[in-house]
Amino acid sequence: MSRGGPGRGAAPRVGVLALQGDVREHDRALRAAGADPVPVRRVEDLAGLDGLVLPGGESTAISRLLTVFDLFEPLSQAVSSGLPVYGSCAGMILLAGEVLDGRPDQRSLGGLDVTVRRNAFGRQVDSFETDLAFEGVGSVHAVFIRAPWVERAGESVQVLARVPATDAGASPAAGRVVAVRQGPVLATSFHPELTGDGRVHALFVDMIQEARG
Amino acid sequence: MSADPSSPTPADSPRVGTSGVKRGMAEMLKGGVIMDVVDADQARIAEDAGAVAVMALERVPADIRRDGGVARMSDPDMIDGIQAAVSVPVMAKARIGHFVEAQVLQAIGVDYIDESEVLTPADYAHHIDKRAFTVPFVCGATNLGEALRRISEGAAMIRSKGEAGTGDVSQATTHIRTILGEIKRLTIMDESELYAAAKLMAAPIDLVRETAELGRLPVVLFTAGGVATPADAAMMMQLGADGVFIGSGIFKSGDPAQRARACVEATAYFTDAERIAKVSRGLGEAMVGIAADSLGAGELLAQRGW
Repeated sequence: MSRGGPGRGAAPRVGVLALQGDVREHDRALRAAGADPVPVRRVEDLAGLDGLVLPGGESTAISRLLTVFDLFEPLSQAVSSGLPVYGSCAGMILLAGEVLDGRPDQRSLGGLDVTVRRNAFGRQVDSFETDLAFEGVGSVHAVFIRAPWVERAGESVQVLARVPATDAGASPAAGRVVAVRQGPVLATSFHPELTGDGRVHALFVDMIQEARG
Repeated sequence: MSADPSSPTPADSPRVGTSGVKRGMAEMLKGGVIMDVVDADQARIAEDAGAVAVMALERVPADIRRDGGVARMSDPDMIDGIQAAVSVPVMAKARIGHFVEAQVLQAIGVDYIDESEVLTPADYAHHIDKRAFTVPFVCGATNLGEALRRISEGAAMIRSKGEAGTGDVSQATTHIRTILGEIKRLTIMDESELYAAAKLMAAPIDLVRETAELGRLPVVLFTAGGVATPADAAMMMQLGADGVFIGSGIFKSGDPAQRARACVEATAYFTDAERIAKVSRGLGEAMVGIAADSLGAGELLAQRGW
């Protein structure tokens, strides 16, 4: 990956994987956070990026398209080379080292030493919104849609948010890890891109600025 | 119903069935293909091909058309079988106005309900009050007024209707062009013109105004009804659809698995003619199809819905 782009201060160029999912919403949130988003559909589109977003969508569909269109290896290399990456929902699943309740042929891009469970909160009728405390950001309104949760996080993984144990205290969802960071890789089970709250994307843009030094 | 989305709850307690999670779910399907399937084997083929969701129904629209009779909600056992077979979202159809079919589908945990003109209507005046449900709904529309009426009833996703079970894409083209053309016209209207437009299209002024401001529907807009080839799917995307439903087009063709993969790839790379050409090779027989303009008025499914 070229890091020889504009210096600190210029709008970072952030790719949004645009094979399927809520690409438009991430694009808007990144713009609001001061980044310059570009769609990524081909290997060539990865050139010159300062960061990459893996959007929400169907992880099985995105994963298959990555393989068919020969994007899987280049993306995997970009992640291992230290490119800052943010994945929401399906994006978190793609970054997770281990996936429970996934398809047997599901592959990982790497980047996160975590085990996630797909559709962990249940079916669409169980999809929910709640407020939660996000470390370094504050209180965030989070929208969970057939979301995964993090069932195991490795030692180098920082837990940034959990589902609060409010009146749902007895539910299996309470206390589950739903936002993590490992070095330049950020992931959330929920969708900050849907709520118009740009702070999680701003955090990611800060991570990119850190990486550019 | 497990939750009333309108009831006040503390801001920090989890809330299900909100407009945000219903509409948000459809946002996650964008750029994808939703395929009609009638059993677990077809559902697996669809998921393997990269479908973003499957629509569980007993007969695909082409067979409903051929067999005649009353078409109803599918057997819950059959839907269970499909839910057990795949991890992608499972949608199912309820008859227009049949709110108890919708209650049953919600009770068995389908991820989205299609209140569909492909089934025989259960009510010739009313649609389902979709706000009363936790599960989200998608509804068909042939024009903007119809789309906005469905959204005002609580639909969280719209699909242009086309003419299901024909394999003839012309009606899908007409309906998506009509909806998007009407939206374009709204964007240049002043406030008094918007009131007149709302009256003419029999749609709530708030939704008309919101649509004019956004320059698109406030919910995701897919297209449906007659899509049978990768080129059909890509054309719908180039016309401005957010994604595509394919009903009879896949499992009424010679090689469903390959056609399913080809349609998924053409939908994702809808502006790339070389890739569409590549995936269009060696697909075998497309569904035979019926020209939509050869159908009598009584045979047009798109006219159902009010």
